[in-house]
Amino acid sequence: MVYIYAFLAFALIALILAAIYKPLGDYMYNVFTSDKDLFFEKWIYKIIGVDSKKGQTWKAYLRGVLGFSLMSVLFLYLLQRIQHWLPFNMGFDNVPGPLAFNTAASFVTNTNWQSYSPDVTLGYTVQFAGLAVQNFVSAAVGIAVAIALVRGFAWRKSETIGNFWVDLTRATMRLLMPIAIVMGIILIALGVTQNFADWIHVTTIAGNEQTIMQGPVASQEVIKELGTNGGGFFNANSSHPYENPNMWTNLIEILLMLCIPVALTRTTGRMVGNIKQGYALLGAMVVLFGISFLCVVTAESFSSDPITNLTGGSMEGKENRFGIVWSGLFGTTSTSTSTGAVNSMHDSYTALGGMMYMLNMMLGEVSPGGVGAGLYGILVMAIVTVFIAGLMVGRTPEYLGKKIGPREMKMASLYFLVMPITVVAGVALSFAVPFARQSIFDTSLNNSGNHGFSEVVYAFTSAANNNGSAFAGITADTPWLDTMLGLAVLLGRFLPIALVIALAGSLAKQDIVPETSGTMKTDNRLFVFLLVFVIFIISALTFFPTLALGPLAEGLEGLVA
Amino acid sequence: MSLNLRSYWAGFKAVIVFTIIVIVYTFFMTGVGQLGMPDKANGSMITNAQGEVVGSSLIGQSFVDSKGEALPQYFQSRPSAASNPDLDEDNVNYWAAASSGTNKGHQDEDLIKSVTDLREAIAEREGVSVKDVPADATTSSSSGLDPHISPAYAAIQVKRVAKERNLTEEQVENLVKKNTTHRGLGFVGEDVVNVVTLNLALDELK
Repeated sequence: MVYIYAFLAFALIALILAAIYKPLGDYMYNVFTSDKDLFFEKWIYKIIGVDSKKGQTWKAYLRGVLGFSLMSVLFLYLLQRIQHWLPFNMGFDNVPGPLAFNTAASFVTNTNWQSYSPDVTLGYTVQFAGLAVQNFVSAAVGIAVAIALVRGFAWRKSETIGNFWVDLTRATMRLLMPIAIVMGIILIALGVTQNFADWIHVTTIAGNEQTIMQGPVASQEVIKELGTNGGGFFNANSSHPYENPNMWTNLIEILLMLCIPVALTRTTGRMVGNIKQGYALLGAMVVLFGISFLCVVTAESFSSDPITNLTGGSMEGKENRFGIVWSGLFGTTSTSTSTGAVNSMHDSYTALGGMMYMLNMMLGEVSPGGVGAGLYGILVMAIVTVFIAGLMVGRTPEYLGKKIGPREMKMASLYFLVMPITVVAGVALSFAVPFARQSIFDTSLNNSGNHGFSEVVYAFTSAANNNGSAFAGITADTPWLDTMLGLAVLLGRFLPIALVIALAGSLAKQDIVPETSGTMKTDNRLFVFLLVFVIFIISALTFFPTLALGPLAEGLEGLVA
Repeated sequence: MSLNLRSYWAGFKAVIVFTIIVIVYTFFMTGVGQLGMPDKANGSMITNAQGEVVGSSLIGQSFVDSKGEALPQYFQSRPSAASNPDLDEDNVNYWAAASSGTNKGHQDEDLIKSVTDLREAIAEREGVSVKDVPADATTSSSSGLDPHISPAYAAIQVKRVAKERNLTEEQVENLVKKNTTHRGLGFVGEDVVNVVTLNLALDELK
């Protein structure tokens, strides 16, 4: 029975996404290939002081990304440090230094890991003038980098890969802003709050005291999902009834997370002149997503973990209005994109259900991944796939008409090494370094044994993949975790971006190799299968030992007990 | 890579420009909400017969006394992990300024114990067998503010509430039905009963 509901839920999402795939993908194609600037964009370029008609080399493009991001971190850090003197601070004090650094790094990198608890830390101003701004622009940076990589494939003998400031501005103003305004208004109409009111103190029906937080939630909620950011206005994130009051807002939020990453495959297909290439990438994404969702629903419905056994259903940490299926779909979406929003507490999932969420991130978040980040992630994996296939048949690998030489392969390999090394090193150090170990055991862990270990693994996986969801029982606001997770989000964001932009530069310089009978097809089912296989093998080999110590051991314990 | 001050300066100006744009966006959205849909934008607050604001239809409440004992004339909510951080011991929970789940894993011994105890307590309170206590009755929600219970949990409470209020079970069942939301299109979301509006409606019968 639960599978029927799960199938219908999956089918509904797929159907709606299929309907917007072409219009949204084509719209993005036009946004990033048009040579016209709109009038307000001209003002923006004038203020920033950039020539929108001038292309940038990959080095200049990367300097733009890094310059903008560094300034964003400093600005957001500063804003939190002076919160006490800002309007609408709701009585909260300045955010302490390490926490402010962690939060600034986290939001600028599109991670939205929350070491802070919003309910007791942040007033309205830091949220809408700091966090929400990064929700827009960090998403735009991701899209810009992905588009630059696609240009690397599509352009021939070019020294330039586009203009970062133009891509950033267009992604924000032509793509994210209009969708956010329309869908944000719909969210308000469905019950998401949007005000600057004081918190409301009431005497409840039964005569108890209750304080109810308010705030400009809808404007932030919509971009948090659309930009695959995920940082909740409230501590409970999208399970809080003011962020996600009912089944329809839940459906909309799932669609918002998926629409851009999915439709970007169409944009890619259009830019490289073969929409079937986009379908192939999408195919791999759908397969990975579908299998993962199926596993979560199965684990949550038929687990023999003690609590599920005892109560007759895995409802701990889930809201009644979403139940297992729509919590599972939201969680799968959130961890498969780089959103990290939650409408249920992942920490309280069954061992194997929670493991699937970790695995979604460990795959490198490519199914379909964050806005932009998912696309460049899967393009790199496609390069690795053609390389492996090329080795087997003894031919120089090519992808989308470009030769994959030693330089390209080096960058692709470094790309997929960054995340696992960050995760495994972070976890290992947390348990090996004596003072870190003490801080983890004394303060951070909310659960003991294998599940406690999983909390740390989840934290580093989430940070290095710029996801931002958590096994949220963990107390991450300690000097050790604030610093290490802050570093992990920065490494996990900017090293891959630097490699991708360098890759774009070296691909753009090449001429396009004409397709011959010996060229491996990359727009058919065989390639989809290979791509899924490579993505899975790479992360399974890397992370199996880690998972064995955490969720797998915990799940087995449940079976035995 | 050479230090390039120009890109930092451009980056700084871009941060300021986009900050201003997003502030304007936030105020625009607030304006639309406040002018077009003030009830929704202001938190879907609900009032009792005397016109006093008693909460929000979206935010759960607990129907217990200050010691945490269930008030028998009300339908009971799920357990909640949202407790007032200013109190040493919060028996009421559903503190909507500290939303939270328990974040306990399925092997957690404290959780297993509290769930076991609660199941027995509920079975005794409602006069049903332990097997008939539904999963949501003994588990905490994700937000700690879940305003809903499952129709199954509502069903086992009807008898007690009717008896306490000298109503027929049919009267109470009708109110439960009125406060039930069904799955959209037959499969979107879950069937749920809003405890907050249900209990308010019960109070207003008098």
